[in-house]
Amino acid sequence: MSTANTASVQPRTQISPRPAQIRRRRPNPIRRKAATSAFHGVAIVLAVAFLSPLIWAALNSFKTSDEANQQPPTWLPHSLSLQNYRNLSGFDQGIGVYLLNTFTLCAFTVVGSVIICVLAGYGFARYTFRGKSLLFGSTLAILMVPYATILLPLYIVLGHLGLQNTLIGLAFVLVMFQLPFGVFLMRNSFESVPRELEEAALVDGCTAFGALRHVSARIVFPSIVTVALFAFLTSWNEYLAPLIFLNDGTKYTLPVMLVNIRYASFNILDVGALQAGVVVAMVPCLVIYLALQRFYVNGLVTGALRG
Amino acid sequence: MSLLMRTPPVDPPAASETGTGRRRVGTAARRPAVGFAFVAPAAILVAALFLVPLGILIYMSFTDWPLIGSPHVNGLDNYRALGSDDQFLGAIKFTLIYTAITTVVLFAIAFALVAISGSSRRGATFYRTAFFLPFVVGTAAASSMWWVNSNDQLGIFNKVLNAVGITNQPADLLGTPDRALVTVIALVVWKFVGFQVIVLLVGLQAIPTEWYEAARMDGASTWQRLRYITLPALRPTLALLTILSVTGSLLAFDQFFVLTHGGPDNSTVTVVLALYNKAFQSFRLGNAAAEAVVILIVLVLVNAIQLRLFREREN
Repeated sequence: MSTANTASVQPRTQISPRPAQIRRRRPNPIRRKAATSAFHGVAIVLAVAFLSPLIWAALNSFKTSDEANQQPPTWLPHSLSLQNYRNLSGFDQGIGVYLLNTFTLCAFTVVGSVIICVLAGYGFARYTFRGKSLLFGSTLAILMVPYATILLPLYIVLGHLGLQNTLIGLAFVLVMFQLPFGVFLMRNSFESVPRELEEAALVDGCTAFGALRHVSARIVFPSIVTVALFAFLTSWNEYLAPLIFLNDGTKYTLPVMLVNIRYASFNILDVGALQAGVVVAMVPCLVIYLALQRFYVNGLVTGALRG
Repeated sequence: MSLLMRTPPVDPPAASETGTGRRRVGTAARRPAVGFAFVAPAAILVAALFLVPLGILIYMSFTDWPLIGSPHVNGLDNYRALGSDDQFLGAIKFTLIYTAITTVVLFAIAFALVAISGSSRRGATFYRTAFFLPFVVGTAAASSMWWVNSNDQLGIFNKVLNAVGITNQPADLLGTPDRALVTVIALVVWKFVGFQVIVLLVGLQAIPTEWYEAARMDGASTWQRLRYITLPALRPTLALLTILSVTGSLLAFDQFFVLTHGGPDNSTVTVVLALYNKAFQSFRLGNAAAEAVVILIVLVLVNAIQLRLFREREN
């Protein structure tokens, strides 16, 4: 059985080309060279178009504050400066507070999503119990229900639980929205691990949880990383939920702060500080994505596309 | 046998394997209590933060729910009010237009980019990564960036448009309803098309190479291979992407909230933005709940119709 299953356990990193093989037919070397040059010409223009807003924000953030706010803008920084970052760090509660809040939220969300999705995915893959299909269906139904429509009653529920205006309450909400993808992915992954491996462990005296922890969880580790990666990206970037559930400026996360720079400045808007904020908000995501890229693709292959 | 009670397996090989494997009395699948313990945390979360709020939402939609004080049931009043709610009706129209344009543009550009990043030439991986990177940047950061860039005095977009000769004087790219719509769509395409590209590439990868080789031996042209092999094999992927794109556009909020704030002159108010305004700006909670229920029903219907359409064409 195996090919299909191993593929889902080990991340498939390579997306290999199909339509390209068509080109093999052209024998003429000069024409082929011209085609290659044209290909790279178009591709580079497009790649630059996609990357330039990111690069532009980074370049602007290192201009002096005056230059960053200059009208019309300069193309490249005349001199490099950290002034915008200094201005940003003093915004309202101070960047430290916002970073700490965002890290805390991410930590809760990532740990919560991983624990809950791994346990539930395992339970769904390996056990039979009453209400199983109903629960699995309800979990997937979260996808169907628009996020924004359910925030209103969620606000009331969190109030009853005493979790309004807390990062942990917000983390629970974000974990809940990770469930459909995470549980589905983990269930698929566990289903592709042969039961015999665990049965051997059980015979050797492992508990059910021990079999999960010492055997299966190690085999599906790539999928666990995928769940963590998705949870990180969501919680780091989430804007609407913190905006609604947090009403205390000392608890705000980076995205909320970022938008506030625009609206909260009583005097002149500081575009330099805003773009420094954009850089601070996006760099961790870019770095983590580039480092864990293959797990992202693995998640799409094992999770989303097998439904 | 307990196997028969399992939910319809998504992965037949794995499920059938459990049947052939040796089973010992007392192993995993026989103890429902243990199984339930594993899913309990998820069950609690789904119940408390999804099913209960969903119930409250439906109840709210039939009440006059004041910010302070106790709610009272008012039957279908909230739903009737929606029929004459100009902001909501305008938002529906705008959201439909936005959804149609975005979905078409996203697919058109995604196909072009797939041709590039699916190539076997060197550098294809780099191009693919370049197209995808905007996707991992958060909406708040991306919209803030876009907001600065669209400004008539400070923005780079004007400078570029001037430099290549499309415009000759600074224009506020969020200044008129049409420009604001185009600017938001540009942002959405820039941010989301990379995701479509990756999903399409994953779908293409799943098509067996032998099919193409066989077709080529039979003398099929490039176009014929695309038409009779690639497109039919990609159908599930295309269905998934259409559903994601339509649903995502119908529920668009962040980019409008941050970039245009619904302006200029409330010309870019989407359904969810109207809902947000009603609930959290004017605190008409009962009305907002009715609006949410309507959106929810429409979405479920739209997805059901799309799924059916794609299935029918498959047969």
